[in-house]
Amino acid sequence: MSSLFGNFFANWDRYRKSIEDPGYRDYENMWAMAIDLGSCIGCNACSTACYAENNLATVGEDRFLARQSMGWMRVERYWDEPSLGASDPDSQERGGSFLPMMCQQCNAAPCEPVCPVGATYNNEGGLNAQIYNRCIGSRYCANNCPYRVRYFNFYSYDKDAWPAPLNRQLNPDISVRDKGVMEKCTFCIQRIRAAKDDAAREGRALRDGDVTTACQQTCPTQAIVFGDLQDPESRVRKAWDAHQVRLGTTEQKKTNPALRGYRVFEELNTESCVIYLERVRDTDV
Amino acid sequence: MSDPVHVKDINEDIAWAKINADVLRSMKNPRLGYWIAIAVSIAALSVGVAGEVYQYNVGMGPAGLNTSHMWDLYISSFVFWIGMSHSGTLLSAILHIVHADWRKPIYRFAEAMTTFSLLTAGLFPILHLGRVWNMHWVVPYFSDRGIWPNFTSPLMWDAFAITTYLISSALFLFVGMIPDLAICRDNAASGWRLRLYTFLALGWRGDDRQWRNFRVTYLVIACFLIPLAVSVHSIVAMDFSMSIMPGWHVTTFPPYFVAGALYSGCAAIISLFLLLRYLMKFEEYMTFPILDKVCKLTFVIAMVWSYLNLIEFASVWYGHDIPAKEVLIAKASGPYSPFFWGMIAFGMVLPFSLLSKKIRRSLLLLFVISLLLNTGMWLERWMIVTPTLSLGFHPFAWNTMWPGWVEWGIELGSFGWFGLLFLIFVKVFPSVSMYEVKEMVYHRKHVVFDDVEAEIAKLYPIVDPKARGAAQTPDLGRP
Ligand code: SF4
Ligand code: SF4
Repeated sequence: MSSLFGNFFANWDRYRKSIEDPGYRDYENMWAMAIDLGSCIGCNACSTACYAENNLATVGEDRFLARQSMGWMRVERYWDEPSLGASDPDSQERGGSFLPMMCQQCNAAPCEPVCPVGATYNNEGGLNAQIYNRCIGSRYCANNCPYRVRYFNFYSYDKDAWPAPLNRQLNPDISVRDKGVMEKCTFCIQRIRAAKDDAAREGRALRDGDVTTACQQTCPTQAIVFGDLQDPESRVRKAWDAHQVRLGTTEQKKTNPALRGYRVFEELNTESCVIYLERVRDTDV
Repeated sequence: MSDPVHVKDINEDIAWAKINADVLRSMKNPRLGYWIAIAVSIAALSVGVAGEVYQYNVGMGPAGLNTSHMWDLYISSFVFWIGMSHSGTLLSAILHIVHADWRKPIYRFAEAMTTFSLLTAGLFPILHLGRVWNMHWVVPYFSDRGIWPNFTSPLMWDAFAITTYLISSALFLFVGMIPDLAICRDNAASGWRLRLYTFLALGWRGDDRQWRNFRVTYLVIACFLIPLAVSVHSIVAMDFSMSIMPGWHVTTFPPYFVAGALYSGCAAIISLFLLLRYLMKFEEYMTFPILDKVCKLTFVIAMVWSYLNLIEFASVWYGHDIPAKEVLIAKASGPYSPFFWGMIAFGMVLPFSLLSKKIRRSLLLLFVISLLLNTGMWLERWMIVTPTLSLGFHPFAWNTMWPGWVEWGIELGSFGWFGLLFLIFVKVFPSVSMYEVKEMVYHRKHVVFDDVEAEIAKLYPIVDPKARGAAQTPDLGRP
């Protein structure tokens, strides 16, 4: 008990730091993403790669239509307002736009404090980690996630999602979740762990590009950039800097209105670690 | 005072022996109606059990939940049943403390209702877990794994609050029943009843010391229960208001939920009042003037609830938080609008009918109205849970849902479970408090009412400890 409080007072400076101070916790890394919507062509390769990498269950058509699907990464499609004055008012002259949406790895994650058993927490990499073994399936986290990117195992999918020999393609680095467990994107945490182990074995620091997520690796247009925000030389940090998006600020005070970086629901102060670069269109089309 | 119905709560000339006989009779020889009620309850409960067994084996899928609607009927029924449990406390504890005499013939079943609806409510957070078999992880027990639950989660507060409330209200029910259990014991011939009542009566003989201790204990638990009841439903409200979801993140939720709880509880008291009155032939104890007072109480609480409801709408509307406003508009005009307006009609408008003296005295009409009031409150809970999840922040995830058969089955089962517990209770325990009714009759006859305190002091004198041994209390031969 005394050691508990002793520890608390000894580290008081660390605990009382406000969220505005960069690095308000001792993060080893701050994994983050930048997704360029201008490059995204909505091909869904990223979500497919995610299925393969993370042993996501394919739930079948009926359950998909019942909106019980498991895709951790979904490519959302939005249409513009119908063109005014067009002969067919519903015509979509310019096609849809796409928004790949997965867990935003909030640093002030609304999903975390509400979990009754602490199954979801912020780990040392700035990730919103999910402990599958600990989850009791109360689903409060899913309700409190403004992005709706937590997925629940409504059934046991082990039999029908990977009938033999498909079970042989399962990724051995990550578990297959059973019914009643909440799951979500973890920025391919198994790859992060492996890369860290490799770096440690070789006695060097982690370098930018050592970790690639499955979606990033698969994206045909290189729309996804992934890396450590704490590394000033990383590509993702450069993208964040270039677009003047900063953790810990609600309003991004951008000097140049042409800068395209934004975070979804920034006003909720979730401190999400994914920035999107707005899609540029030729308005004269 | 020309209206005879409003003069007396209870006939003052009932003999004490008749009170005993009437109540004890109600506990024996179940009639056909009783057996039918039992059969219906068991049938409903079986549907629920079947649903739960199926869900346990298969997963939460058949409940009809989906990625946007992770909560639905389970949680709204949880709130509903917790709400039902508040009337017992209100009637017993609060009215006991303010010396409202008229509560005496009817508080026992209201307390039983509290305990049983808590037992029902407690099932829902458990049944809705994806991994029921791990539910004990919410409890901060010591284990060598050194893992504790997350104390910031309202779901954990729930676990504490419900357990505390359940234990205290069961204790309250039991303590208040001890003198009656002794009567039962003295009248039971043999068999399990004798053994049960002997055990439960805790050696009650009714001497002065026992009465005094009993009064103090009962009062202490009553005082303890009132803040507890308020806190329990506030915590249930915090399940919602602590989240960031538009439509849930509302600071008025705790008082609003408490008012709603008292409201639905009072409505349920009216229903059960009429049912017991009819089934158990309690016409002499559950009288019109008492019913009249319960109706007026219900009306007042309904108005408080309506006011808080309107406040909530107003603050959402004028607060101009766009997603929250969207949820409000969708409730009133979207696919859920029939249920929303049903809630307004049953919960806000219908209580005005209680103002009519005619309606207050028409048993059948009142029964229907009380059921409809509770329907309105049930809809209210559903309207809190579901539309918000249909329209969260993220437009891509907007949709509607309808619960699946498992959820409806378990919902039905919960009513069966409650009904079964209640029906068993009324045959095993006295559902009208004999000793308090006797007190009531006695008071009406003998006590001058402007000095209740003095009368009570005379009836139950407090012995000065210094004067002990001066033979104030007769030696009844106790050790
Ligand atoms: S995006 Fe949702 S699931 Fe991911 S950390 Fe934020 S709140 Fe949690
Ligand atoms: S793989 Fe790349 S281009 Fe295809 S949908 Fe995903 S982000 Fe867009």
